[in-house]
Amino acid sequence: MSAYEKYLRNNRLPHILCSGCGHGIIMGAITRAIEKADLDQDRTVVVSGIGCSSRLPGYMDFDTLHTTHGRALGFATGVKFAKPELNVIVIMGDGDALAIGGNHFIHACRRNINITTIILNNNVYGMTSGQFSPMTPQGHFATTAPYGNVDRNFDICELSRAAGATYVARGSAYHAVMLTDLITKAIFNPGFSVVEAISQCPTYYGRKNKQGTAVDMLNAQKENCVTVAASAKITSDQMQGKIIIGELHKSEAPEYTAVYRNIVDSLQAKEMK
Amino acid sequence: MSPTIKLLQGNEACVEGALAAGIQFYGGYPITPSTEIAELLAEKMPRVGSAFIQMEDEIAAMAAVIGASLTGAKSMTATSGPGFSLKQENLGYAIYTEIPCVIVNVMRGGPSTGLPTSPSQSDVMQARWGTHGDHPVIALCPSSVEETFWLTIRAFNLAEKYRTAVILLLDEVVGHMRERIEIPDHVDNVLTRKKPSVGREGYRPYQPDADLIPPMASFGEGYRYHVTGLTHDETGFPTNDTEKAGILIDRLHKKIDNNLDDIVEIETQMMEDAEIMVVAYGSTARSASRAVKDARALGIKAGLFRPITIWPFPANELQQYLPQLKQVIVAEMNLGQLILEVERNVAGKAPVHGVLRGDGELITPTQILARIKEVQ
Repeated sequence: MSAYEKYLRNNRLPHILCSGCGHGIIMGAITRAIEKADLDQDRTVVVSGIGCSSRLPGYMDFDTLHTTHGRALGFATGVKFAKPELNVIVIMGDGDALAIGGNHFIHACRRNINITTIILNNNVYGMTSGQFSPMTPQGHFATTAPYGNVDRNFDICELSRAAGATYVARGSAYHAVMLTDLITKAIFNPGFSVVEAISQCPTYYGRKNKQGTAVDMLNAQKENCVTVAASAKITSDQMQGKIIIGELHKSEAPEYTAVYRNIVDSLQAKEMK
Repeated sequence: MSPTIKLLQGNEACVEGALAAGIQFYGGYPITPSTEIAELLAEKMPRVGSAFIQMEDEIAAMAAVIGASLTGAKSMTATSGPGFSLKQENLGYAIYTEIPCVIVNVMRGGPSTGLPTSPSQSDVMQARWGTHGDHPVIALCPSSVEETFWLTIRAFNLAEKYRTAVILLLDEVVGHMRERIEIPDHVDNVLTRKKPSVGREGYRPYQPDADLIPPMASFGEGYRYHVTGLTHDETGFPTNDTEKAGILIDRLHKKIDNNLDDIVEIETQMMEDAEIMVVAYGSTARSASRAVKDARALGIKAGLFRPITIWPFPANELQQYLPQLKQVIVAEMNLGQLILEVERNVAGKAPVHGVLRGDGELITPTQILARIKEVQ
């Protein structure tokens, strides 16, 4: 039995994801990171919204909360603020986190509440069969973008940094070992952390955009991703079409529940006098 | 110790009631005319070490309340019409996943942004059917400041006892008027949710006891269970089995319907020999009470029937008066919502008349008395 297997609900497997989907690899990275961070299994809550990604907590052996579309961070904020001693991990999809959940996402970043958020970015709404998401590149195809996507896409990591997250990183399903490491560091960050995990959806996004098999899509992640260190050594021309992976932002800021705790403590100290 | 006597608004009494009930978490978003509830709790909750948070919107506030309740915290939010609309999505989640919480809605004039500072009772049907899907609802409707205090405690008790969301429907008049109130030093009968008596191995989070209510473990206690808004079986995991879907939705209704004696509360005035029944609730019931007394002074046999529990509708309580009734009048600050439920229960055995208005003005005793005289 591998070290992280105790974190899975084996009686719930196999999962419902399509063959070739990257989400299973990413769930493996999340559970390995939890193992590396040595989180107490009984004191860890995993929260999700709606979509393909949201089904992962059902396979993970913690207190798990499968909520409404886009609202995972609202629920998770309630869990963390009511019981700050719990570890809270949130798993969201790109449409889930950034379209319907966009407002909750930027405000969770702003509060710097100690929650680890992993956004599984497969560039598409998979559960509803392939509509364009805020992460579908302009010009790419989807069932609701039959002539090419008119919308521009977000940069999740830039958005997270600007909104106030204190740890921001990007990884991919192909670079699963690095992804595990990034999620582990995100868990250790005592504030709001975001890890964008690039995933592949061969069933919808891949097929609509002629990206080949799951293996082809994983190879594309291998070819298109450049580490932070490597990106510093190449020209901007060479960076065209590339995606930077690794730790993108780290900062220190007061954590939300700690700030509130200080207020409570000082008020109660005054009452004692 | 003796009770504290105060002159309070209904919104303030709601806060006192929440504190007496042991509120541990409030998540909200500013909206008129409920704002005093959030403002007062922001001041009072940190002093007792409980959690107050202002969220980015009404949807997140409702989500946070549910998340907090899952950790064992008694949780509440407060809002008004437009915000209540936004809460409906997660209100349905709380009902389906059986997570106790209290939602206060201080009703104002609508639809849309409407009349933010004027009273109305036009969210009665939104409280009943605002969230999608078949679902049972408990909604309580106070008529005075003092009653707001006690019904807030009762809302928490019913939420915890029946593992559901309970709606407290104030109207702007009850929320903002000031009355004398006695706040007891200590409140008896504050309930908390039933906890599992088994350990993790034997725990099935949605396996009900004989009372149809499953014991509820808190997150972080080692039970490691799953909660989903998908149709689920007694294990808490999703299922597409239609038989199990039927069992769940039936149980959710029965756990309320089997306990109407405990949940439904009404008040009557001079109904013993009444031939004309005036049905009214919230601040409108105050005008109706006056009108009924004035009618009696004129020798008209009128009485007041006031639902305190508005959902489930007090059907049995109302029907027991049917043999004696010649006329029924429903007074409400909307263009006809609860009157539909009254008509359904009167079932043609007496004419049902409305005193209805949706212009943001109170219904006066004179208006109701005029209608009583007209139909007698």
